[in-house]
Amino acid sequence: MAFIPHTREDVESMLAAIGVDGIEQLFDEIPANLRLAGLAGVPEALSEMEIGRLMSERARLDGRPLCFIGAGAYEHHIPAAVWAIATRGEFYSAYTPYQAEASQGTLQLLYEYQTMMASLTAMDVSNASLYDGASAMGEACLMAVRANRKSRSLRILVPTTVHPHYRRTAAAIAGNQGLVFEELPYCTEEGCIPAGALERYDGQDIAALVIQQPNFFGRLEDVDALCDWAHARNILVIAVVNPTALALLKPPGQWGSQGANKGADIAVGEGQPLGVPLSSGGPYFGFMTARMEHVRQMPGRIIGRTVDVAGRAGYALTLQAREQHIRRAKATSNICTNQGLLVTAAAVYLSLMGPAGLERVAAASHARTRELVGELTRVPGVRRLFRGPVFHEEAIGLDRPAAPVLEKLAARGILGGLDLAEHYPELGPALLVCATETKTAADIERYAGALADCLREARAA
Amino acid sequence: MSNVPSDRKYTKTHEWVRTLPDGTVEVGITDHAQDALGDLVFVEVPEAGRKLTAGEPFAVVESVKAASDVYSPVAGEVTAANPALAAEPETINSDAYGKGWLMRLRPTAGAPATSLLTPAEYEKLIAEEGG
Repeated sequence: MAFIPHTREDVESMLAAIGVDGIEQLFDEIPANLRLAGLAGVPEALSEMEIGRLMSERARLDGRPLCFIGAGAYEHHIPAAVWAIATRGEFYSAYTPYQAEASQGTLQLLYEYQTMMASLTAMDVSNASLYDGASAMGEACLMAVRANRKSRSLRILVPTTVHPHYRRTAAAIAGNQGLVFEELPYCTEEGCIPAGALERYDGQDIAALVIQQPNFFGRLEDVDALCDWAHARNILVIAVVNPTALALLKPPGQWGSQGANKGADIAVGEGQPLGVPLSSGGPYFGFMTARMEHVRQMPGRIIGRTVDVAGRAGYALTLQAREQHIRRAKATSNICTNQGLLVTAAAVYLSLMGPAGLERVAAASHARTRELVGELTRVPGVRRLFRGPVFHEEAIGLDRPAAPVLEKLAARGILGGLDLAEHYPELGPALLVCATETKTAADIERYAGALADCLREARAA
Repeated sequence: MSNVPSDRKYTKTHEWVRTLPDGTVEVGITDHAQDALGDLVFVEVPEAGRKLTAGEPFAVVESVKAASDVYSPVAGEVTAANPALAAEPETINSDAYGKGWLMRLRPTAGAPATSLLTPAEYEKLIAEEGG
């Protein structure tokens, strides 16, 4: 079914009015080599009935496993009110509406979301969201290069403790614009960036340093020292943060020894933990906040509060001269939208939880993870990989390859963690495990018992 | 009536440039340009010490509905940017040729002379553009 409201007669009369033979001709200015004739690998469209059936079958295949995988997407409890409100007709849209100012309710919601994210990260301004955490990091790298007026460099320092998918996504988004990503090695004992790792870059022209906190291994980086090092050298700091963790950890706006005067310059992250279900990997949303001095280089939509001619409060899209529809090729980004529906859920989630509720979720997740790692490391052949504090994730080493063990666990309905072999082979057989407030002592006991059994079977085989 | 002072030179991209007594040059956008842009809300000026080639974008002027690059008429090193514009970008609207200057720079010695327009040539240009 076509949702385009124009009849064939409408289309023909419009084409005749501008003197064009067919719609294809409107795209003539795009060179032929940049056009895709077809989409290989994309099957024919399905009807609503067919797609409904396919999705139900796929969902059944997922089962209802007990999930101990984190690695960027986290299973948190979502209060029923979140999606009951987000799916109301007034909010149920993926888009910032066209003629945006006619939708004051949507704009107010986005404004309140921005206010909460700015507060959570202790930054001055927030945009109305980006696609996901990984692409938000890519956009932050591009933004940092534009914003760092003391540097002419396109080099970005990225520790290997930053999520491997984020690093790959940032390179895919920004690589063709000439940005160069230099990967910093991590300390295999501590699982974070060693203090001395940055010294070799002293005196070099670098645009920005990316710091993930907690890092991919769940470990806490020495963000104050890293932030101070960067700022002393006119290098901007891009923080990649977990929003739940911010209820307990120092927010990026206050990183560094100078406190609120000189924290991170840009903060980004994955918004999924704030009321968005795992959903087999998406859709999620990315958030981005920044210091006011960089706001004109920020990509995406920003909603502002103002007053109308009668002095009544109202909301409007603001700072639009950064955006593509006005600035064309020189826009800060080709992102002109936001993940409206998911941001609606996040705004409702944050409002329901409040600072105290979010802190309870964060503290419970931290406590469950400590219990989990405590139980798992009592299993013979399992050890903690890194020393030092974590938030709600930790790397554990096994005495034999992880993949077959994970398969055995999955057969028992347990997703036992992420196999680190693909991205960090130097660690040997290792798993990244996570527990949130959704896991009970009985769940943890069940996993530890199953892991002991699986390892024993593997040893016997 | 167009406002094109005779004490300076112009570019096709609507910048003006005038030589100061100390040999540096001052650069801004023309009255015609500010009028076309409308009320300015933000101006981004370069850092002192930045080296520019002729024709390189060095500043951005932003009005409510448009943002435009401003191009350096000559090659040189920036000696000063107008510090008043950060707080009061509308100075360009009210006094494009005076208090609304954007930057001063020391022209590169021996750089090839760029083809600047005389006031008469610039007046002709904006008349042709319908200004």
